[in-house]
Amino acid sequence: MTSKFETHELDVLIIGAGGAGLRAAIEALAQGVRVGVVCKSLLGKAHTVMAEGGLAAAMANVDKADDWRTHFRDTMRGGKFVNNWRMAQLHAQEAPDRVRELEQWGALFDRTENGDILQRAFGGHTYKRLCHVGDRTGLEMIRTLQDRGVAMGFDVYMECTITRLIKDGDRISGAFGYWRESGRFVVFKAKAVVIATGGIGKSWKITSNSWECTGDGMALAYEAGAELMDMEFVQFHPTGMVWPPGVQGLLVTEAVRGEGGILRNKNGERFMEKYDPKRMELSTRDVVARSIYTEVREGRGTPHGGAFLDISHQPAEYVKRKLPSMYHQFKELADVDITKGPMEVGPTCHYMMGGIRVDAETGQSSVPGLFAAGEAAAGLHGANRLGGNSLSDLVVFGRRAGLAAGQYAAKAAHGSVNNAEIDDAERSMLAAFERPQGEDPYQIHRDLQDVMHNLVGIFRNEEDLKRALVELEKLKERAQRMHVDGSRMYNPGWHLSRDLQCMLTVSEACTHAALARKESRGAHSRLDFPKTEDAWGKKNHVIVKKGTAMAVFEVPVRELPDDLKQILAEEK
Amino acid sequence: MAEVTLRIFRGDQKGGQHVDYKVPLVPGMVVLDAVHSVQGHQAPDLAVRWNCKAGKCGSCSAEVNGKPRLMCKTRMDALPTDRPIIVSPMKSFPLIKDLATDVSWNYKVNKMIPPFQPRPGVEWKMDQRDVDRVQEFRKCIECFLCQDVCHVLREHGKMDEFGGPRFFVRSASLEMHPLDGASRTRLLREKLGIGYCNITKCCTEVCPEEIHITDNAIIPLKERVVDQFYDPLTMLVRKIRGASTP
Amino acid sequence: MADSDAAGIPRGFGKTEREDAWWIENLPFIIVLGAFAIYTTWRAFEGKFYWTDPYLSPFYSPLIDPEHHWWPFSPAILILGGPLGFRLTCYYYRKAYYRAFLLDPPSCAVGEGRKHYHGETSFPFILQNVHRYFFYIAVIFVAFLWYDAIRAFFFPQGFGVGVGTLVMLLNIVLLSIYTFSCHSLRHLAGGKLDCFSCSTFGPVRHTAWRGITRLNENHMFWAWASMISVGLTDLYIRLVACGAIKDIRLL
Ligand SMILES: Cc1cc2nc3c(=O)[nH]c(=O)nc-3n(C[C@H](O)[C@H](O)[C@H](O)COP(=O)(O)OP(=O)(O)OC[C@H]3O[C@@H](n4cnc5c(N)ncnc54)[C@H](O)[C@@H]3O)c2cc1C
Ligand code: SF4
Ligand code: SF4
Ligand code: FES
Ligand code: FES
Repeated sequence: MTSKFETHELDVLIIGAGGAGLRAAIEALAQGVRVGVVCKSLLGKAHTVMAEGGLAAAMANVDKADDWRTHFRDTMRGGKFVNNWRMAQLHAQEAPDRVRELEQWGALFDRTENGDILQRAFGGHTYKRLCHVGDRTGLEMIRTLQDRGVAMGFDVYMECTITRLIKDGDRISGAFGYWRESGRFVVFKAKAVVIATGGIGKSWKITSNSWECTGDGMALAYEAGAELMDMEFVQFHPTGMVWPPGVQGLLVTEAVRGEGGILRNKNGERFMEKYDPKRMELSTRDVVARSIYTEVREGRGTPHGGAFLDISHQPAEYVKRKLPSMYHQFKELADVDITKGPMEVGPTCHYMMGGIRVDAETGQSSVPGLFAAGEAAAGLHGANRLGGNSLSDLVVFGRRAGLAAGQYAAKAAHGSVNNAEIDDAERSMLAAFERPQGEDPYQIHRDLQDVMHNLVGIFRNEEDLKRALVELEKLKERAQRMHVDGSRMYNPGWHLSRDLQCMLTVSEACTHAALARKESRGAHSRLDFPKTEDAWGKKNHVIVKKGTAMAVFEVPVRELPDDLKQILAEEK
Repeated sequence: MAEVTLRIFRGDQKGGQHVDYKVPLVPGMVVLDAVHSVQGHQAPDLAVRWNCKAGKCGSCSAEVNGKPRLMCKTRMDALPTDRPIIVSPMKSFPLIKDLATDVSWNYKVNKMIPPFQPRPGVEWKMDQRDVDRVQEFRKCIECFLCQDVCHVLREHGKMDEFGGPRFFVRSASLEMHPLDGASRTRLLREKLGIGYCNITKCCTEVCPEEIHITDNAIIPLKERVVDQFYDPLTMLVRKIRGASTP
Repeated sequence: MADSDAAGIPRGFGKTEREDAWWIENLPFIIVLGAFAIYTTWRAFEGKFYWTDPYLSPFYSPLIDPEHHWWPFSPAILILGGPLGFRLTCYYYRKAYYRAFLLDPPSCAVGEGRKHYHGETSFPFILQNVHRYFFYIAVIFVAFLWYDAIRAFFFPQGFGVGVGTLVMLLNIVLLSIYTFSCHSLRHLAGGKLDCFSCSTFGPVRHTAWRGITRLNENHMFWAWASMISVGLTDLYIRLVACGAIKDIRLL
């Protein structure tokens, strides 16, 4: 065993301290094994903290008619039927229990008149289903889980980035990373690893995602031989801020529309009447995003290239109580009082439906000992995620992955950690320092964002996607020649140079998958293939590493059992 | 295009100084944008924490012209841009590098506070009236600006005896939780040193979430501590009640 | 460097990177409170011009042994401890004088340059914890002052309203709001409950607590307004009592 690096021996290593990672850690701990959580930021700052609108669970507190079947049907419809039906079923069935559990750990949701958890309407959900705390639901969730985990005694390794998964033969035996603060390397020996690293939005220019969302987990798993699935399905949230430039992309929660917000173009027309007269503003995100985009492209956009979103017809006090952070966000950052006038909004890259392909029940990937949950995992959302289905995804499948990983680790023995592999991981981290000069990681990142924004955006076509692949190849090649200045101590340029590798990998995977799917479905819109084809609805794309190249496969969507088919057939 | 000078602290435990950077001014720019612009074009190794850029995660705490603030919520056009804008790390915590400080002490204090413990046999029903008060405290984004500004920590360095406003807010959120059954008053008095707070309200002034830290958390907690430890009447009443209910 | 730490950050009294005039915020407090303190001390010891039928100065109410049967000094001295203690231990005044007079801290994020600090954990400031008892006493004073204010409607010639009557009425209203916006009362009325909906009288106490909370949000304002009004009321009565001005009868 190497003594060169700080080494921690754990049973289960959880990469990521968002909702999924924390929930997994709590469940793994309950299996009586030693659990460690690593995260790139401080504890409690993970992306989940930003979730606003709420958490979908068919608790039927407000609309008595709701039940898991309806939630299941909504999720499958929203996902355009390429979801993993088993995940959609488990998710709909278990979400209410997970919510109650949060409450028992101290979470305080908004209440109904008779003291139950209040639920609000959201796009694509038949009933009022989103449990929420004003517009800061994610904060409530992450704080609750964090406190629970701390009280149970997990070890947290904050501001530590994992750069490689280590295998013993076929199975996982640990991970290698660095402390952001000191730049020193660290090795974790673990029997099982759960990836809960969240999304990939940072590859796009306009995004609601934080710097952490660089697709690390997907890239690490891919490098370790796991399969990625549904990578073509990138959700653009219809309402991000468009002005001022500094906040471009910042999310305007769907709760604004849930609470009655209306979309208009510059001529004052309520354009959703054209695109989805039935559900209007509360249509699914893919539809609303494309509608706004189309309005703007056809010259009916607002001065800063978006649409108007107006909630000012609601009483000012109500708006401030129900949407306090939106109120402040616009007031302080854009000088707009949303209780008096409309906001300007436009699509922003928001969520990754695809990710690591996992088993529905356990979250296990194709690599033994490697599990995944949350945004980093694929399957539940299919071609398009419904708002609120992510937070519930985190707790439902976070728990399942933690449970399975804990049980797996309780039985397994530690694998060995290969010195040569660690040395190689170290070398690749230090290379950029050793080059006397070279490419600037910040510049490559900006260029990558341009490529993905322009060529792999909301609307795609073959020519753009092919060009994107060529451009990505060039960027990859430039990334081989990166140079970073300064020391290893808290050096964001250096950190970015590593994250960039992951972004390039996932961007390439997205582009390949998008090129392969010759139809439009959910969040994936091809101008050259505008129709949704039944034949394509029976296929998912899987991406694996073959040698050094990326290979794309088609796999059949699993056939639904009859009882679930029955549910889908019911009209609601 | 208009330019503005940012005077950013650069350095680590070994020492450092403020360095001037010129940044093009963009409409609606916040200090964090300006710092990022420096990082992306002039000083790639400039250490700064951030996540959400929307005042939701509490990562980007620093001191702008001497005032503890979230950089992502501090508009450049609200500052005098004819002079250099001074950006420094929080001063109550040990410096790591540039604008990043070591806030790990806060996580240690947090561990001392007993978590939520539901009273036995509670029904999981809660009234919005009861929840309202606690929800204010739960808005805390752990930016630690209140800890930074609190003179008990900043000037008197009482890290060992004093928990700081953030953890009074947290204690209040648990103590006033309608279904919680644990008591933290002894902890507040003895370990978290609530008596060191002289309610001078700087914490409330800097809180970006506009939590009324002193009026709604600290003072009510002080009153609860008085109930338990200083008020002979309530102490007597408790004695009598305690004796009659075995 | 003595006045900065390793990272070149200023330390020591008055040291700050703040560029605004932070010291200004303490000035009004120093001036007004200083003036009030001097005036009150003088008036308390003066021992005359506190009564002009039907007005009684709030500094002398309740009036005890005005004829000096057993108390040789000014009757104000007997009673002023109550209101003084109430204000001295008031959470708002504490904030203000800790900042303005004890410079602890002089202002937010401004250096103190002082080594020892015990806050309210040891003598004398640990005594602040008795504030609620001063509140109980203050309620008694409020009752007397209401009595005085009502008496101010009854002139020797019968019912009437003078400028003094209105002054006294306004004063006691402000004093009452200040007193009933007290943090300790807010706690006793309902703040001490964890669950309003599951305690006996919970809903009533919630209403009371909400009401007090609303007043309490402006506790600082009421503290100032009532302090100034007490001073001016006394001044008015003194001027009338010593004959410097004449009270105008409105009715
Ligand atoms: C603004 C916004 C609002 C949203 N609102 C809602 C909503 O209302 N309802 C809803 O259901 N969903 C919402 N979402 C989506 C949802 O918040 C996210 O999908 C979800 O939080 C992802 O959680 P996660 O646990 O998978 O990952 P994250 O919360 O993103 O956490 C990822 C963790 O992994 C760590 N990590 C990443 N890479 C590494 C590495 N290499 N080494 C170590 N650690 C690593 C990070 O530090 C972090 O701790 C919203 C998203 C955004 C951006
Ligand atoms: S009020 Fe108390 S806790 Fe807040 S800053 Fe002042 S001394 Fe610190
Ligand atoms: S109480 Fe306010 S200032 Fe203190 S950490 Fe929380 S949000 Fe920040
Ligand atoms: S970056 Fe999240 S609070 Fe500023
Ligand atoms: S707090 Fe000011 S009077 Fe009680």
